[in-house]
Amino acid sequence: MTVSLSGKEVARKIEEKFPGSVVESSHDSLVVRSDSLPDVARFLKDTEGLDFDFLNFITAVDYYDHFEVVYLLNSLEHNHSLTIKTRCYDRENPIMPSVVGLWQGADFQEREIYDLFGIKFEGHPNMKRIFLWEGFAGHPLRKDFK
Amino acid sequence: MALRTEPFVLNMGPVHPSTHGVFRMRATLDGEVVIDIEPVFGYLHRGIEKLAEQRTYTGIIPLTDRLDYISSMNNNFAYCLAVEKLAGIKVPERAEYIRVIMAELQRIAALLIAVGAFLNDCGAYFTPFLYMFRERERIVDLFEMASGQRLTYNYMRVGGVSQDLPEEFMPALRKFMAMMPRFLDEYDQLLMQNEILIARTKGVGILSKEQAINSSASGPVLRASSVKWDIRKADPYSVYDRFEFDVPTQANGDCYDRYRQRVEEMRQSLRIIRQAMEQIPPGPVKADVPHLIRPPIGEAYARIECPKGELGFYLVSDNSIAPYRCHIRPPSLINLTALRDMVRGWKVADLIIIFGSIDITVGEIDR
Repeated sequence: MTVSLSGKEVARKIEEKFPGSVVESSHDSLVVRSDSLPDVARFLKDTEGLDFDFLNFITAVDYYDHFEVVYLLNSLEHNHSLTIKTRCYDRENPIMPSVVGLWQGADFQEREIYDLFGIKFEGHPNMKRIFLWEGFAGHPLRKDFK
Repeated sequence: MALRTEPFVLNMGPVHPSTHGVFRMRATLDGEVVIDIEPVFGYLHRGIEKLAEQRTYTGIIPLTDRLDYISSMNNNFAYCLAVEKLAGIKVPERAEYIRVIMAELQRIAALLIAVGAFLNDCGAYFTPFLYMFRERERIVDLFEMASGQRLTYNYMRVGGVSQDLPEEFMPALRKFMAMMPRFLDEYDQLLMQNEILIARTKGVGILSKEQAINSSASGPVLRASSVKWDIRKADPYSVYDRFEFDVPTQANGDCYDRYRQRVEEMRQSLRIIRQAMEQIPPGPVKADVPHLIRPPIGEAYARIECPKGELGFYLVSDNSIAPYRCHIRPPSLINLTALRDMVRGWKVADLIIIFGSIDITVGEIDR
């Protein structure tokens, strides 16, 4: 059975290394500041005992006043998982750091989020629409899309 | 004087027999050698995730049929598990067993298509495909008995399945189970040692273990690269922890291994079905679930091992009758991530085979 790591405990470890990077944490997940995401992601991937080598999926949710980007991480070695989230409050020009450099599996999924939510991932080598054509107006999965 | 050459861009698809649906690749060639490819998606984009936000939880089930349309039962299964997790619904025993039988039959049917189509790409034009369809037909007949449908079954419900198995189902399933191992042996005899198949696929399109994990590959593609990771074992759902079965893996991660992996997985599915047929208890097949489900505020992710890999649904509820967000983790799309690195340096004819060995359904990529 895959063990879901407690967000609170992992948050404590992250805070020791990168103070101020965790916004909030609960039993199921933890929210990190978007500017510290690359550091935290690398920490989660490379720290012994955590070893999150497998990125299950990335998705985004639109809560009107902010976007939440959700990452589900897995460690195939230890068979445990962790959900981390980041928030983006800018609706006009939302930008997030990309994790493609750490997990190649993020490639198409970040493009998909850009296509459907309009969140740009900085550092992605090929940041363009994936399903809709260039020139399509708007981002359909936003809640205010008409 | 040196001959001046320049790369040549070859467009394949969106409508091309080897692209398994409306999928397009832009390949850059140096002579006959592929130096780069760019997959182009979106020709089948229907916005299923957006549509789901306007439907009731039960009303989404028919939409999931249309994701990976050759394994609809598995899509139903993953979605229902996610809603049950979100709303805390318990499924009756008998329904769990029916679901497992259906999911494993569907796995065999989908893998038959995967293997058949792959051999088609290798140049064994439609003869193996026709054999595979002969067997798949019997599975589809079984599904028709249970659900009335032959492709988009819409059979599972939140809290169970839509109806109990009809009387004629079990005898027909027993008949199928008696036949199927013999067919698999027949394929092995015809193909496993086939010189042409081996020459075209062994050592071609190697996906290393590290890259398979790093690019989030799952299912047979991951296991063919010698990673022993099967969600039925690693994170058992439904009643999978009650069955005895192995997780086969292959050593090299080439096209031949991915083909072989799928054939071996069919045998394991037969083992699971056999045990499920013995253990299946009588009883109700659907929990008492209201027509309009209002899960509490929260989120849930449920995943299953579908024939292509990890299929998951991430649902966010705001306590209304429709999900606030319904994200689908599509194994077909994510397994393609490493394609670019796998085909570089191979010839155009190998590109077709490598692409075919990944096994995609465009309905699931584009959603």
